[in-house]
Amino acid sequence: MLLFGRLRDVAGWRERVFEPVPARLSALKAMIRSADPALADALEGPGVQAAVDKVLARGDAALHPGAEVAFLPPMSGG
Amino acid sequence: MIRLVTETFDPGAELNAFSAGRTVTGAVASFLGLARGDPSQPAALELEAYPGFTESQIAALIETAIDRFGLQDARVIHRIGPIPPGDPIVLVLTASPHRREAFEACDFLMDYLKSRAPFWKKEHGADGERWVEPTKRDLSDIQRWDAPSS
Repeated sequence: MLLFGRLRDVAGWRERVFEPVPARLSALKAMIRSADPALADALEGPGVQAAVDKVLARGDAALHPGAEVAFLPPMSGG
Repeated sequence: MIRLVTETFDPGAELNAFSAGRTVTGAVASFLGLARGDPSQPAALELEAYPGFTESQIAALIETAIDRFGLQDARVIHRIGPIPPGDPIVLVLTASPHRREAFEACDFLMDYLKSRAPFWKKEHGADGERWVEPTKRDLSDIQRWDAPSS
């Protein structure tokens, strides 16, 4: 699991491996909530999107073993 | 084509390379964004990308612009990592037979890059660091390109 932007500052880490991989995004978020409620709240914040294997996830996406999940706060380039 | 770079780049050389050998183009438009900041700070800002994902999202955006404006070609060069004040951050190049489409596509690409492209921007000021998210202006700029609701 990867965190970007301010989410990384909230968590204090950038990358973490979850074994076994939860079956769905919602299960991953539940695991995070029990470990770090502040990070779980930040993941539910406005404009935060999730990507699974570098594709934007819609709804409660299924996760496969080895899936790469990234949480993306609102983006700002240029 | 999209290229992410971690070092400074030469916008003039990029424009020359993009324009070279175009006999049926007629118009090349460019936009160059520079890092604005306190010259006493080593970095004005820091841009984070998600390698692989950032490139694929911008490549899809470039394809959208090519289709929408009938471009012959488009290129985006985007700096990532710490960026000193005054350095180029982003260069957008568009090529079309006539100028209007080249100008408009350049404007469209920049509006999308500012608020929809996967970059996370941290500004370094005298009073510390802060993450920057799209401004109200950035969000209203991008709405200019939505299909009219008539």
